[in-house]
Amino acid sequence: MMKKRITHSVKLTRQTLEVDGKRVAMAVEGEPFLTSLYHAASIEYPKFFKMDLLCKVGFIASEYLLNAEGKERFQPADDRAVLLFNRNSSWNADTTFQQTIVNPEEFYPSPAVFVYTLPNIVTGEIAIRNKYHGESDFILLPEMSEAAMEQAIDRAFLDPATTSVLAGWVEAISEDDFEAFLTITEGC
Amino acid sequence: MIVRKIGESMITPLGFSVEENFQAVLGMRSALRHYEHCWNLPFPSYLSLIQDDLLEAAFQEEVELTRLPSPACTRFEKLSLLSAVKAVRQSGVDPKSERVLFVLSSTKGNVSLLSEKTVDMQRITPAHTAQLVADYFGNPNTPITVSNACISGLCAQMEAYRCLQSGQYDAVVVVGADALSPFIVAGFQSLRALSVEQCHPFSDNRKGLNLGEAAAAVVWEAAEDHALDTSWKMMGAAVRNDANHISGPSRTGEGSYRALQAVLQRSGLSDKDLACLNVHGTATLYNDEMEAIAIDRAGLASVPVNALKGYYGHTLGAAGVLEVLLTMCALDHGLVPATRGFEGLGVSVPLQVSAEMMKTTQRTFVKLLSGFGGCNAAAAFTC
Repeated sequence: MMKKRITHSVKLTRQTLEVDGKRVAMAVEGEPFLTSLYHAASIEYPKFFKMDLLCKVGFIASEYLLNAEGKERFQPADDRAVLLFNRNSSWNADTTFQQTIVNPEEFYPSPAVFVYTLPNIVTGEIAIRNKYHGESDFILLPEMSEAAMEQAIDRAFLDPATTSVLAGWVEAISEDDFEAFLTITEGC
Repeated sequence: MIVRKIGESMITPLGFSVEENFQAVLGMRSALRHYEHCWNLPFPSYLSLIQDDLLEAAFQEEVELTRLPSPACTRFEKLSLLSAVKAVRQSGVDPKSERVLFVLSSTKGNVSLLSEKTVDMQRITPAHTAQLVADYFGNPNTPITVSNACISGLCAQMEAYRCLQSGQYDAVVVVGADALSPFIVAGFQSLRALSVEQCHPFSDNRKGLNLGEAAAAVVWEAAEDHALDTSWKMMGAAVRNDANHISGPSRTGEGSYRALQAVLQRSGLSDKDLACLNVHGTATLYNDEMEAIAIDRAGLASVPVNALKGYYGHTLGAAGVLEVLLTMCALDHGLVPATRGFEGLGVSVPLQVSAEMMKTTQRTFVKLLSGFGGCNAAAAFTC
């Protein structure tokens, strides 16, 4: 195992948002939690509203994570890798797209949905938002495994350009079932 | 320490071994066929599809069904298992060893199961298939699946390289596979990315890509450096993001340029060292232009460039493995493959696109891929 340290973390679920281990927000009945979090952080990024659920979850979690880090944002960089994981890939977008092709009488495949039927689009959204030109990757695991994720984070540091890794688990099954657990890991 | 290739396999409509596939490419044969309404889709397309009965026969012959939880496998599972079985056997590694890791590369896995009446959600994700393959061999490690769009096959090999370089494992089996389905074909059609004719990479008349299905597997091993070792070695790989657009490539070829630059720097290679650059070459307007710009910026415009999409179409998660293995096989024969479908340069940089098969004595090449999500990968191989 390599020498490294986790500097910040975010845990986002359907019910709560925790930043660096402290609860900062709770879902209110009747309000879409992700949209509330978007407004609460005064984010101005209209593309958010075009994103699919997986991207929204990953994007919101990354915004709170990077705000907690407190460094100057949006500076082009290629020393930070973005490495995300889940089990069910782009399940939510896949099932949405399937609905547009299932009925021959109403066959209307939507390009705006199809583009999200890849899990790594969320890594791309985070890279675009933050001007990260470094490594980006999405890995699927048969189940959530801290050990497997840590090994992959260690491997990401084997790229000599990489000095920190924004990494973690992002799963989005439905509006009522999603979670993100993201960290920033700095190499020592 | 070196990372060398000790096993390989390839399942495509042009053959069920690397050598068979190479012979087909040598003969300029294409697996792409015209379909007026494949799977009743309301548009015509050119696709490269593996014949069901051939796949089934090979699967029955090579795969021990009693080692599977159920003998009823999907096309995707058959492709993954069959290619893994063949590559593992050729490599001679003990797949049960805790020093061996299985890595799958796939973009859509079992997505075709979404059209079933009762959807088995657990089985859709490629991570499920990766576990199926690892369990088949009795491998104790958690298999990883790289799902990084069209660059997955190179990313998976980069993961393998790092696993071996760091001493974490002694051998890594990388399986690249995707099965086509109405989901994937209708999706690419909705993006207006599909050509209604056979694709023309880098040509002025290119109109888009063709899709294909394939599986290819490679076994990489960590070994002591030995001057007389004649096996293929991975010299390094890098992945970089355009940070520009989720479905359109960067106009400056930013990510591809940076990935190429990182690989050249690390491997100490320059244009004169390379037999060829085997590129993505999907034959979409934007991809090929972007690649040309990136290649030029990286100082590689004088290197012979070739693309294999005219033989197989775009094989998604398999592409990064299949195209690397075919290039290796061609260079073993002293040849750089021809870019089938190339009809006159149609990019803004004077690239040296290999229209015909060319002789070469060089045994080093760079592979380039790019994908949705703005990701780009480059890797260098030598023999």
